[in-house]
Amino acid sequence: MSEIAAWGIFLAPLASFALIALVIRPFFNRCDRLSGYVTVLAMVVSLALSVGALQAVMAGDGKPLEWRAESLGLSVGPLTFIPGVYLDPLTAVMVVVVSLVSLMVQVYSLGYMKDDPGYSRYFAYMSLFTASMLGLVLARNLLQLYVFWEMVGLCSYLLIGFWYNRPAAAAAAKKAFLVTRLGDFGFLLAILYLFFHQGVFAVQGMNALEIPDIHEAARTGLLATGVVTWVALGVFVGAMGKSGQFPLHTWLPDAMEGPTPVSSLIHAATMVAAGVFLVARMFPLYEASSAAMNTVAIIGGFTALFAATMGLVANDVKRVLAYSTISQLGYMMMGLGVGAYGAAIFHLLTHGLFKCLLFLGVGSANHATGTFDMRYMGGLRKRMPVTYVTFLVAALSLAGVFPLAGFWSKDEILAAAFHGGSAVSLVVFLMGAAAVFLTAVYIFRAVFMTFHGEFRGGAETDPMPPPGEHHVHLAESPWVMVAPMVALAVGSVVAGFLMNPVAPLWGLGIAPAHWLSEFLEGHAVGMDLGVAGLSTLLAASGIGLAYLLYGARRVSPDAVAQRVRPLYTLVSRRYYFDELYEEYVVTRVWYQGLCNALEWVDRNIVDGFMDFVGWQGRNWGAGIARLQTGQLQLYGVVFASGIIVIMAAFLLWG
Amino acid sequence: MSWREVSLILPEVGVIGLGVLMVLADLVLPRKGWLVVLAVAGLMVLGGITIGAWVGGEAETAFFGTLRVDQFSHFFRILILGIVALVILASVDYVSHFERFQGEYYGLLLFSAGGMMFLASASELISIYLALELTTLPLAALAAFLRGDRSTEAGIKLLLLSALSSALLLYGMVLIYGFTGTTHLGAIATAVQGVAGEGLRSGGYPLLLGMVLLVAGFGFKVSAVPFQMWVPDVYQGAPTPITAYLSVASKAAGFAVLLRVFYVAFGQFDVNWGGIFAVLSVLSMTVGNLAAVAQRDIKRMLAYSTIAHGGYLLVGVAAIASGAPGPTGPTGVLFYLGAYALTNLAAFFVVIAASRSLGSDQIQEYAGLARRAPLLAACLAFALVSLTGIPPTAGFMAKVFIFGAAVNSGLVWLAVAGVVNSVLSAYYYMRVIRAMYFAPPSSNERVPSSLAFRIALGVSTVGVLALGLAPGPLMDVADQAASLLRAGG
Repeated sequence: MSEIAAWGIFLAPLASFALIALVIRPFFNRCDRLSGYVTVLAMVVSLALSVGALQAVMAGDGKPLEWRAESLGLSVGPLTFIPGVYLDPLTAVMVVVVSLVSLMVQVYSLGYMKDDPGYSRYFAYMSLFTASMLGLVLARNLLQLYVFWEMVGLCSYLLIGFWYNRPAAAAAAKKAFLVTRLGDFGFLLAILYLFFHQGVFAVQGMNALEIPDIHEAARTGLLATGVVTWVALGVFVGAMGKSGQFPLHTWLPDAMEGPTPVSSLIHAATMVAAGVFLVARMFPLYEASSAAMNTVAIIGGFTALFAATMGLVANDVKRVLAYSTISQLGYMMMGLGVGAYGAAIFHLLTHGLFKCLLFLGVGSANHATGTFDMRYMGGLRKRMPVTYVTFLVAALSLAGVFPLAGFWSKDEILAAAFHGGSAVSLVVFLMGAAAVFLTAVYIFRAVFMTFHGEFRGGAETDPMPPPGEHHVHLAESPWVMVAPMVALAVGSVVAGFLMNPVAPLWGLGIAPAHWLSEFLEGHAVGMDLGVAGLSTLLAASGIGLAYLLYGARRVSPDAVAQRVRPLYTLVSRRYYFDELYEEYVVTRVWYQGLCNALEWVDRNIVDGFMDFVGWQGRNWGAGIARLQTGQLQLYGVVFASGIIVIMAAFLLWG
Repeated sequence: MSWREVSLILPEVGVIGLGVLMVLADLVLPRKGWLVVLAVAGLMVLGGITIGAWVGGEAETAFFGTLRVDQFSHFFRILILGIVALVILASVDYVSHFERFQGEYYGLLLFSAGGMMFLASASELISIYLALELTTLPLAALAAFLRGDRSTEAGIKLLLLSALSSALLLYGMVLIYGFTGTTHLGAIATAVQGVAGEGLRSGGYPLLLGMVLLVAGFGFKVSAVPFQMWVPDVYQGAPTPITAYLSVASKAAGFAVLLRVFYVAFGQFDVNWGGIFAVLSVLSMTVGNLAAVAQRDIKRMLAYSTIAHGGYLLVGVAAIASGAPGPTGPTGVLFYLGAYALTNLAAFFVVIAASRSLGSDQIQEYAGLARRAPLLAACLAFALVSLTGIPPTAGFMAKVFIFGAAVNSGLVWLAVAGVVNSVLSAYYYMRVIRAMYFAPPSSNERVPSSLAFRIALGVSTVGVLALGLAPGPLMDVADQAASLLRAGG
């Protein structure tokens, strides 16, 4: 693995962006198909290099490979900034998953975005999005990471608002940007706070912004526990924003306004995974602070449960998936919070595969029906068999059914929480277990409502179909869309035991037991049959309940909702968080309270003062100008008295 | 006198020779355009020679130690050669309307430039005085060149007031000579070294008075308040290219000699002369800016603006190096002079072109210039932004360095005064921009300009931007040049 190849992982999609944005779109927009192919090609290059990187790191027994690009360095005062690549097991795994998922999504987009007038723009953004995410993952310097972190935010804004002439899309893009910015601010504060301790680092010849040095400092206790805790919490606030953790989760469901492959990419590999990645990247800080660790665990566990409840009642299938993502990210955070670093990343990988697949399946269903509202779908099973089967596989995987990918990874997190040995880990274990049940219910509700029963008319009966042109055309999607789905379905089935088998797969001669966990953190959480049995039982009963309510329709869901009306309203209004933020925090506190007060100050005190100064300035100016009489004698007098005054001043005070 | 010594002052000799050539060639050349080509080509050759000397040479003294040719002199030689070349290019349109004396115009300009270049190398009081006179006399003639009421008045005022300041300067020099027995700056430094406290009280006062008189004499050149009274009248009355020249070249030469005399001769003199310059600096900034606010004539406004910028430059003189890392005062002054020269020339060049076609220097006549001459208006706006000190311009960087030097030497209050004054100055600079861009034009007539003029304006505007984006090279060069002062050479 050479330095060039390592940078190439990130540079390939960046080059694709530059080529599309600077050459293809301005000059050859007639052949905009080219943009798609260029992007796919770039992803293939990235993927190949990423696999090479993974192999190189594995060959070195997980020892990090790193390069510092001294020539790009910058030094201002005490700040020395040298960008670089840091290729440790975590990065190696992440680049593979990011480029793989991105490749699948780009191939799918070739079909999905066909005929969109913004075809080239779409692929330019997508390339930049992937490049930013890869840059983020590869960064060796915290400031460098932050730059890409913000670029990911920017790209998500551009892509969520891709159809910018739809007011809902524009609003959703703005919301995503602003809400994640709140989190970014926490991250930025953490970086600054770290930087204030540059002195401590400098004594050891280290740099406060270089990630390996931060790890080292946290491990050796160079930084005081208080400092570590605050930095870790600041970083986590950033991660909460990007990964949609409670209470910064409100942007994710709205982000569905973008094209579906974008949602797929955001939810599977790029944007939201960045938060989890960041916490994992800074993991030594958390290990050094139990307060930060417990915060992560509790927020994660709570989000897992909280988001799952909202998934139960949403009618827009993409929103169901959005809540599902929030909930699954909660699992990952929970895993990190109980110290199961490897398990969390393992879940990030498997979730990337099946969540991407779920979105692609929804996109395929939307391609046929023109709507996203499950109430107007139904019966697609017979018309779209491939979509159905792949979606079902992904749903089973999400629900955590043996032996699919999701089962293994989720189980590892739950087992780690169960064996955590503290009150906090027990509480989060219970939250996680409850969420397993809810997950099974909401995802099979989606399966039954979308694919079973009779077709209910699609966009034609939907009173509020998505804007744009829609025609109901019930048939399987084109092969460019189906092929990635099948590939991902295979992945969702086998990834679990290929990536982290509980027993060595000697027969195939491929992988020793728990290799991924070993690779990532050096030890592995064992399989716990009790926990596995419990979670399978919960998942099975969840699926059963969904079948009763939505499949066989033995019990009317409406009747159930009627019985618990207040609770149902509370959940379906998303616990009123949007109202709380928009009406109370933003309108009342921010605009009416703070902004009005500041405006008064600005108008009366600041402007008043400035007006006074300006008025005085003009008066004085006119006065001084009047001294300029044009009389030479006066000039000479002023000249001479100047000398006398200076001399006098010296004699008096000098 | 050896050939070696003559070769050291080749640029000065060359400029003066070029001036003589202008007067002679004017008699024979039918097309006066060739004068400009000749002058600019000659100046470029001399610039090349100077750069060669800079790269190759060590500091050397010549003519019995009256001149000291070092990197500090090279810096100012290049600066003044550049300024005079740009002013000549920008004068083409203006001068082409003269019926007679075109060659004399260019010749006087070059004579004066020669004086300024001598001034930058002079390291002995009498040669300083001679160089100063060589600088000023041609300028007085040039100020009166239009022979109208105002122009004549400007010429006479410059002549009389500079005579006054020269007399006082000379008196100061005499006192210093009387006390130290030498006119060489280096020797003066040794002589005054121990004079402080008791020594000063027991007969050292003439020395102090001599120094104060030097402050006044050089203060006149750099238009520091209260020695600035001539500036508005002369600037307004003189031909506009001459005003431009006065505002940058004359000021640069003044600072060159000021820095050399005070840092070399009085560097070890235990009297707080930095304090005088700090006070003069605040006075100049404040008076210049406040008075500029009240002006309606753009040349007069720029005259007051020049006084204010003289004040900012004095901040750098007052910021005697404290040994702290970062930019030092003299380095800041050199950078500021370069940046200010480009910026102010760009501004004045637009005024040259605009005034001729508007027929007036009133700011209100600039209304809607953006529509009549978009490029000129943009250049002027950019120059004014630079004068205010807003990035990405040379003016911003210059202020950063010079105020940074003040902070480094513990003169935080002075830096604060400078920043407050910069804010104040935005008022009158922006007023011109507002007139050009937001007021309706009184006519739609275009503003014509020649190729030579456009080259001059283009070079200075691009220079302003380049220094704003990449100040590093000039900063390094200025630092090299100023380091000689710190070494006490």
